[in-house]
Amino acid sequence: MNQATLVTDKTADDSVAITLQGSWTIGNTVPDPGQLTALANVNSITTVVFITAEDFAWDSRLLAWLMAVQRQLGSCLFDLSALPAEVGDLFRLANTVPASQVRVPGRPTLKQKCLAGIARLGDEVLGLLAFIGDMFIALGRWLIGKSTARWSDILTFCYQCGPSALAIITLQSVLVGMILGYLGVVQLRQFGAEVYVSDLVGVGMVREMGALMTGVIMSGRTGAAYAAGLGTMQVNEEIDALTTLGIPPMDNLVLPRTLALLLTMPLLCLYSNILGMVGGGFVATSMDITWLLYLHQLRDAITVTDIATGVFKGFVFALLIAMAGCRAGLECGRSSAAVGQATTRAVVTALIYLIIADAGLNILFFHLGV
Amino acid sequence: MNRDVAIDVRQLTLIYGSNLIQSDLNFQVRRGDVFVIMGGSGCGKSTLLKHMFGLYQPAAGEILFDGHSYFTASSVQQSAMRQRWGVTYQGGALFSDKTLAENVAMPLEEYTTLNRRDIADMVCYKLALVGLAGFEHFYPAQISGGMCKRAGLARAIALDPDILFFDEPSAGLDPLSARRLDDLILQLGHSTGATVVIVTHELASIFAIGSNGVFLDATTKTQLATGSPRHMLDHSEHARVKEFLTRGE
Ligand SMILES: Nc1ncnc2c1ncn2[C@@H]1O[C@H](COP(=O)(O)OP(=O)(O)O)[C@@H](O)[C@H]1O
Ligand SMILES: [Mg+2]
Repeated sequence: MNQATLVTDKTADDSVAITLQGSWTIGNTVPDPGQLTALANVNSITTVVFITAEDFAWDSRLLAWLMAVQRQLGSCLFDLSALPAEVGDLFRLANTVPASQVRVPGRPTLKQKCLAGIARLGDEVLGLLAFIGDMFIALGRWLIGKSTARWSDILTFCYQCGPSALAIITLQSVLVGMILGYLGVVQLRQFGAEVYVSDLVGVGMVREMGALMTGVIMSGRTGAAYAAGLGTMQVNEEIDALTTLGIPPMDNLVLPRTLALLLTMPLLCLYSNILGMVGGGFVATSMDITWLLYLHQLRDAITVTDIATGVFKGFVFALLIAMAGCRAGLECGRSSAAVGQATTRAVVTALIYLIIADAGLNILFFHLGV
Repeated sequence: MNRDVAIDVRQLTLIYGSNLIQSDLNFQVRRGDVFVIMGGSGCGKSTLLKHMFGLYQPAAGEILFDGHSYFTASSVQQSAMRQRWGVTYQGGALFSDKTLAENVAMPLEEYTTLNRRDIADMVCYKLALVGLAGFEHFYPAQISGGMCKRAGLARAIALDPDILFFDEPSAGLDPLSARRLDDLILQLGHSTGATVVIVTHELASIFAIGSNGVFLDATTKTQLATGSPRHMLDHSEHARVKEFLTRGE
């Protein structure tokens, strides 16, 4: 393959001839269009004539180069009649539609970014409140029978976030119970009070770890699934289709998912509590405490109030996870990458909500004395 | 081997699982043809096209490009063949997390050794060809459906392919945009000397740009006619072909 080269030749006061030699093809290097800027500085030049030498080959590369030269030289007239006819055709075709002047927004400065960040935080809080409001309105519509949320949908989602999650909840709860068990046994043995390991495991699971860890699992499992599902619907314009059919996505999509999680989470919490105590029991019985003693001590340690606080937490967490997941999904962008971002956002916000809500509820319970 | 024949389809049978779509297809696409694949909805036009550009393997028969089958070629040869094909999809199939420039640049980055500035020049030129100059930094979600299709075309022609495959390029466009897209395809075919294989329902397009074609039938599950659309209209003895080509009027 021959090197692509060019020779410029001033043929008249206002015109210049450029002779192209060699292979102007994709696999070859071509002269830098920038080297022709000198011509642009000669104001008198109005016409550029392109001529070819004998050994001349071309493909899109030549056209791309011609376009680049055209950008360099601005208003000069290009005479391509000496080039193959197809080159002229393609060049004209590429120039039929003038370049769009619409600009994409430029990169923001640091100050703009900070301001935008603050504004976003404000929007986030307002958006959250609006979402909660919408959700309760949808709930109200459903309760008075004016909404399209169907029980069959709700039950399907219940199945997805309830029974399907049992395996992982089982594993998680037994292990958390065992962790609490070891923690308790080792610490309490120093005072000869191993028998109180029941109190630690029981109260720890029921008031705190059962709900919190179930919440964490459900954020990753169900919250992410909600966000990805709704996000994909957003990308496919399915949500637009629902809206135009006069079916609010809040009623048809968000409410069934939220109700399903609200129904199943408290039950999962109870299940998690029981398995956690079993896990703790394994540890205790391996340390010279009999099952009978362990269970007897448990009965004394846990009150109905403890169980109620745990279940209440599960209820609140369910609401928060469903909200984070559905909101991220509904506010998803229109691209495949946006679905990934929505899923990430759902899980991260759900976890943040969980921690904040848990701390808040604990403070509240402490002051209420429950 | 006939040097004029770009694609030679012999005794081709198309099957999804156990579901026979088409059988006994025999036709030739000549170099420089605008070859139209016609037929009613669901008769297997997209399926045939996908088999032609190697997305699915034929259940029986062969598709020869200059005498070579894609599926018996080595992976190096396959990659070389793929570089000579440009494919557009029904919805454009642009990568939605990339700008138009990045979409068009993708095949260039993958298959050529051009540096970044040269790639930028190529991208500029290809987008200008399809009338999208100035839209380099837009994302697919920020432009209209017709523009997405044209951007898909720009990506398909990025590597100066010898054969261009189109699946219903003008579906979902207004008549004027559809017409412009047809013209563009025709002009590109002429100027670059590329062979065009196109699936379309648009009668106007079929007669305007088709120089050769095949008619697939869903009932008999085979081709009913092959040749230029005009010739089919005038000489085919099958009522269904005539009905299709005259819109049943
Ligand atoms: N990926 C697939 N798997 C199984 N069947 C398919 C697949 N794609 C299409 N089909 C079936 O093959 C038939 C032909 O489809 P297609 O080629 O898309 O038709 P058209 O001529 O409208 O483009 C249809 O009956 C369709 O249901
Ligand atoms: Mg199709």
